[in-house]
Amino acid sequence: MSSQALVEIRDVNFAYDSRPILKGVNLTFPKGKVIAVMGGSGCGKTTLLQLIGGALKPSSGYVKVDGQVIHELDHKGLYHMRRRMGMLFQFGALFTDMSVYDNVAFQMREHTDLPEEIIRDLVLMKLNAVGLRGTHNLMPAELSGGMARRVALARTVALDPMLIMYDEPFAGLDPISLTVVGNLIRSLNDALGATSVVVTHDVQESLKIVDYIYFIADGVVVAEGTPAEISSSDKPFVHQFVHGEMDGPVPFHYPSSNYEQDLNLRPGR
Amino acid sequence: MTIVENLRFLGHRIVNAVWRIGFASRFFILILFYSGTSFRRFQLTIKELFSSGVMSLIIILVAGTFVGMVLGLQGYETLKRYGSESALGSLVALSLVRELGPVLAALLFASRAGSAMTAEIGLMKATEQISAMEMMAINPIARVVAPRFWAGVISMPLLSALFSAMGVFGGYVVGVVLIGVDQGSFWSQMQAGVDFKHDIVNGMIKSFVFGVAVTAIALFEGYDAPPTAEGVSGATTRTVVESSLTILFLDFILTAFMFQGE
Repeated sequence: MSSQALVEIRDVNFAYDSRPILKGVNLTFPKGKVIAVMGGSGCGKTTLLQLIGGALKPSSGYVKVDGQVIHELDHKGLYHMRRRMGMLFQFGALFTDMSVYDNVAFQMREHTDLPEEIIRDLVLMKLNAVGLRGTHNLMPAELSGGMARRVALARTVALDPMLIMYDEPFAGLDPISLTVVGNLIRSLNDALGATSVVVTHDVQESLKIVDYIYFIADGVVVAEGTPAEISSSDKPFVHQFVHGEMDGPVPFHYPSSNYEQDLNLRPGR
Repeated sequence: MTIVENLRFLGHRIVNAVWRIGFASRFFILILFYSGTSFRRFQLTIKELFSSGVMSLIIILVAGTFVGMVLGLQGYETLKRYGSESALGSLVALSLVRELGPVLAALLFASRAGSAMTAEIGLMKATEQISAMEMMAINPIARVVAPRFWAGVISMPLLSALFSAMGVFGGYVVGVVLIGVDQGSFWSQMQAGVDFKHDIVNGMIKSFVFGVAVTAIALFEGYDAPPTAEGVSGATTRTVVESSLTILFLDFILTAFMFQGE
């Protein structure tokens, strides 16, 4: 990955109380690329997004976005930076008391002085890009899970962000919606000239749309590479993850005491 | 449990309580600090005035009428013993504007609008709507919390006044229309007995203070709720319990200051 880096994560350590989540991770997200961050549940993927967005501060190390160290920004500076970022939450996080139209228009009304006619055109263009222009009068409760995710995607890119973060964008979607959302992530990134970070479990869909993949386990980067390199990797963790094997470096059994002792079996029986 | 464990448990509870008080105070200061949006974009506050104030009207008006009717009945029975039935209007009005109006309206407001505010904010947090707003560089305290706070503070005295007005009407229906107390005495005694500054303004001050307390508690509990179904349900219950106790406690303090040595 030779392009100029938009996001640099260097020697980042982070812990919740005394429980370490990230242990000295180093990642680079170049401009214009779609990068996937994968790993098992609780490995620190979402924490990584929160560190990039400035919702959390690293215990040590730093996260740099567009040349600025995020945790050194003051409140105003952080909010200024966030206006150039977009984040798609796991289940969309649409505002349930607003229509689809108002959800997409929300940031435009809050952050710009654009007249309502221009906002209307922009909202319809964003909704059209995700194929849901016809839903602008509906309320979020009237949408299916896949549609809600696409509306949330339209809202995420409402102000044409330079960095788009996706937190489990494929979770709970049917195969058609999953493909649609996957393709939208790629096409919107390319159309906007943005950089996208996709935190996901979905290996097969990610391999189709991303440029580079990082694997995180136990708070460290255990593997990285292009989709082709990852697909053919013989590293035990990557192999288990990509092929969805039950047992391997990530064990099937939660650590416990001796099974025979638990069942009160005597030796020899 | 050993003594050490008991002490540890007690210490943990005390530290938690102090932490919560500190967090609540900081939250209240932040609401005041970020209140500019609520007035610059007053339509946000008006929207919340509708949900917390207008939507509470039915319960306030109906409850006020019945409380006034009960006051009319009970007051008449008591005053009749001393041959002072004509003072019924004064008794009903004073009871309502000084105490029952502000206190009962606030208790009803806490149950109806306060619990709704807590549940709404708590669910917004649980469904990541608050986090989404933060990530859009929009301050949720300025955009979501402060308008609700000022809507509660503005609507509480108005609801309290309507409660008292409906109570007076209820007392009139029972005392004058049904029992037959002289209409002239009822109104003239009321007019003579109720002082605008001493009774009505003090009653309004009480309801304003209750409005601040109830709304701040409701919003804090919602904002502080763990993002789970159980967390939101617990926060809603805490809002009603804490608000009710706070109203009664503040009522005693305010009454002691306002009406002492009469």
